Amino acid sequence: MIDKRVANASEATSDIADGAVLLLGGFGLCGIPEASIQALIHRHLKNLTCISNNAGVDDFGIGLLLKKRMIRKLIASYVGENEEFEKQYTAGELELELIPQGTLAERIRAGGAGIPAFFTPAGIGSDVAKGKEIREFDGRLYLLERWIKADFALIKAWKGDTAGNLIYRGTARNFNPLMAAAGKITIAEVEELVPAGELDPNHIHTPGIYVQRIFQGEIYEKRIENVTVSA
Amino acid sequence: MLSKTQIAQRIAKEIKNGQYINLGIGIPTLVANHIPDHLQVVLQSENGLLGIGPFPKSDNTDPDLVNAGKETITMVKGSSLFDSAEAFAMIRGGHIDIAILGALEVSENGDISNWKISSGLIKGVGGALDLVASEAKLFVAMHHCHKDGSSKLLKDCKLPITGVKCVHKIFTDLGVFSILPEGGFKLLERAPGVMLDEIRSKTEGKLVIKGEIPEMESFDLG
Repeated sequence: MIDKRVANASEATSDIADGAVLLLGGFGLCGIPEASIQALIHRHLKNLTCISNNAGVDDFGIGLLLKKRMIRKLIASYVGENEEFEKQYTAGELELELIPQGTLAERIRAGGAGIPAFFTPAGIGSDVAKGKEIREFDGRLYLLERWIKADFALIKAWKGDTAGNLIYRGTARNFNPLMAAAGKITIAEVEELVPAGELDPNHIHTPGIYVQRIFQGEIYEKRIENVTVSA
Repeated sequence: MLSKTQIAQRIAKEIKNGQYINLGIGIPTLVANHIPDHLQVVLQSENGLLGIGPFPKSDNTDPDLVNAGKETITMVKGSSLFDSAEAFAMIRGGHIDIAILGALEVSENGDISNWKISSGLIKGVGGALDLVASEAKLFVAMHHCHKDGSSKLLKDCKLPITGVKCVHKIFTDLGVFSILPEGGFKLLERAPGVMLDEIRSKTEGKLVIKGEIPEMESFDLG
């Protein structure tokens, strides 16, 4: 089996350079690559393009990269909950592309699966359809959307093995498996890294072929965005 | 006039046995609390879960288990977990029976606008564009008017549109409306104590009132 292990987040992310296009896993703060983001904020990177469902909050997740002004362009489905984003966007320092969430997921899936474009009904009649090819199939209108690929995919799983096989937990799976396949170099961080052979092949969500580097993160804060409880 | 909880209670009465349902953020989330126990329905969360359960007890929150509003949740027995592409394949593929969404505006021909807008900036749309384009029956839960008193039931949407001709029914604090195929908000029920004049004056788009409009059946105002 091929050993994908690297020592830590800084080693895993050391060749991410100015202008890189990054996919970052997670939904809100759930399932985000905490350790890789922490490693990036200690470097003076510029002009990153970050593709992620959300933009984190002001002091956690992608919000940390925003604060350090490392991001030139954000591609996301929803960017609320972030004042820093608003400040930079209003000042014209940050480019934003908003994409319907399902289209974002499918574009990334397509990127990883070698499908350059596909037709979807989402966005017909809205600004999302502007400038895109529209075609009728069986009496309904659909618009053409392109694949998304990136230089690096930074993803987070629950457990992984040295061969890069990954298992996610709960709704922390979200965009992570899709991004794993769409990154030229995919960096997976896990809460628990085990030797190849210890995970049951029947339970693998992301096969190791998609993962180029894997490491076990030191500490996971796993911050909850909205703690909601029942009485 | 109905409270948000009462709007949610009213919508819950539309739900039928065996349905798969996606609940949006806001009033729609509250619907989950009012689905009768004898119905077997499954709630989908577009971030990758079929089988949303109640909010957890305070000592049982799990950061790896959140709904589309990023709130902590639990799973019911028989739940399944999946990735975001799979979640939206279910939505676009016509496997979800009902989608219940909030909205900023609905037009008389069934267009909907529900982008998240704050301080004048469009902050995104999440999964709503995909949901409104799906074959799911689309219910809208919202206040009848904006905070400044202007109507949210319009001839044409003024804000950017999320989907065209997709709304099936609208549930507001004043009543229940369906969208007529030829256009127009058809009043189906009035909220308890709400007079037709009030609904007329607060509906900017074409309002269709035919025959006697029943007051909503009283329900537990819990």
